[in-house]
Amino acid sequence: MLKIEGLKTYFYTYKGLIKAVDSVDLEIGRGEIFGLVGESGSGKSTVALSTIRLVTWPPGKIVDGRILFQGDDLLLKTDEEMRRIRGSEISMIFQEPTTSLNPVFTIGDQIAEVIMLHQNAGKDTAKSKTLEMLNEVGIADPKRVFGEYPHELSGGMMQRAMIATALSCKPRLLIADEPTTSLDVTIGFQILQLIKELVSTIGASVMLITHDLGIVAETCDKVAVMYAGQVVEKGDVKRLFENPMHPYTKGLLSSLPGKSGLLEGKKSILSVIKGSVPDLISPPQGCRFHPRCELAKESCTKDKPRLHEIEPGHFVACLTCNN
Amino acid sequence: MGRLGRRGKEYLVTLNLLRKNPLSLAGIIIVLSFIVVALFAPVIAPYPSDATDVHLARSLSPVSWEHPFGTDDMGRDIFSRVILGSRISLEIAVVVIAVSLGVGIPMGAAAGYMGGWIDETIMRITDMFLAFPSILLAMAIAAALGPSLTNTMIAISLTWWPWYTRLLRGQALSIRERTFVEAAKSMGVSKKRIIFQHILPHTFSSIIVQISMDIGYVILTAAGLGFVGLGAQPPAPEWGLMISIGRTFMPQWWWYATFPGLAIMIAVLGFNFLGDALRDIMDPRLRT
Repeated sequence: MLKIEGLKTYFYTYKGLIKAVDSVDLEIGRGEIFGLVGESGSGKSTVALSTIRLVTWPPGKIVDGRILFQGDDLLLKTDEEMRRIRGSEISMIFQEPTTSLNPVFTIGDQIAEVIMLHQNAGKDTAKSKTLEMLNEVGIADPKRVFGEYPHELSGGMMQRAMIATALSCKPRLLIADEPTTSLDVTIGFQILQLIKELVSTIGASVMLITHDLGIVAETCDKVAVMYAGQVVEKGDVKRLFENPMHPYTKGLLSSLPGKSGLLEGKKSILSVIKGSVPDLISPPQGCRFHPRCELAKESCTKDKPRLHEIEPGHFVACLTCNN
Repeated sequence: MGRLGRRGKEYLVTLNLLRKNPLSLAGIIIVLSFIVVALFAPVIAPYPSDATDVHLARSLSPVSWEHPFGTDDMGRDIFSRVILGSRISLEIAVVVIAVSLGVGIPMGAAAGYMGGWIDETIMRITDMFLAFPSILLAMAIAAALGPSLTNTMIAISLTWWPWYTRLLRGQALSIRERTFVEAAKSMGVSKKRIIFQHILPHTFSSIIVQISMDIGYVILTAAGLGFVGLGAQPPAPEWGLMISIGRTFMPQWWWYATFPGLAIMIAVLGFNFLGDALRDIMDPRLRT
């Protein structure tokens, strides 16, 4: 379905070269929901933008790799071919629904625009399809919302409208870049359920970008953990959560606040990963995680770890836990 | 919202803003009457043929009921000529602004949105025009082309469009970074559509304010060219030209230069007040 091989996306800034994505390999199967997890600045959004070739030059550039979508390399497509793929074959929803909708157009106009663009539909067909989509994403009064401006809707409603736009042309792949981060928890949960439901009816795959491991556990089939522009661990969600191998993944999992302690009124100290995301202009030598890693050995400061299959379908890039 | 509906409520807010600021209201009244006078000048002017006629018998007659602004050295009714002159001023302003918008909007939007060498090329060309003080450049162009009304419009337009290019570029630069533009790109919307459908509508409020301010300045510049003899030629009832001739009759025949001067002043003030008013009306922070 989607296979990313050796993707390198660099940003050429005045301060220096930022290797935001450095040799990333991913594979998303048909109908699969694939989680891409990492801290801010780990390169997960850049992977998404690279996939639909929306990294803007200057300063960003995809320097190497292949992005195979249904067998074709997207990096070899012309701009015009790529434009036709965006929105119809691959579409994307963003973190902030409030800013991703154009404030000067009504919701209906914005969804209809995309339908007219990709489906060769006239105004009336586009309108009826839009109303249908609004209904499908659980908007109670599609006719009213059609004529409303973004500022008249709540965040959750706007994100529903974004989903309606993104799915209006029945794409094969939906990229969701932190779709629930700006929403409150209950609304976020509903939105995730909605995405899950709708993609399974149209048989699309999802690349779900998030920093919330709870979301991954609940919605994804597979997951890749990114750190400083590289994938450090990937595999089935169940396996990876039951048996996390990479010290970074372990750290992320143990830094989740436990529910039980809070409910019983016990106060426990939240475990954290020491330090912060490294500067990508001059990343640490060897394993990029070694300055923050408790298990770091001498060799971690020199040798670069490679992804290694430790059990079927479970890959880890770590020198200490590989053996 | 109630009975009025959303639109009605917006109008009420606008009216309320205007009531709070009498200068805005004055600006609107001046501009509206200026436009009405200009459009119907030949009907309103008591002596419409005095644009060119000569009546030496009544030359330089003082202010009277018959000639509210007096007459000039050729015996022409200055009141009629000031009214007829409004038409010339409006015509110049409309043409200059239209040309500037026609050139500035596409160039500025392209420069701001596309960036790179397109941006560099367009902006260096505008810089060349902006390197000269605009009134001097306009005078030089008008002098080179030969003084006439058409050439006045050409000369001023040539000095005016770079400002709109810059305005649009700045706006496009900031709007293209907004998420909804990225969202539109991610949906496969074409560059052209993004520029015209998604970016331009956001620039309208600043363009409109700029236009209303600029009309006043264009009128002033045109009058300046007329005054130094590089604009309209006698006997055209152009305000700057009238002041230029009338100043030799100061101070004894004061009305000759004074009334065209007042007309320029009031028109320019009116458009400036209107510009301020529009800025207030379109500022969402003042609206709530």
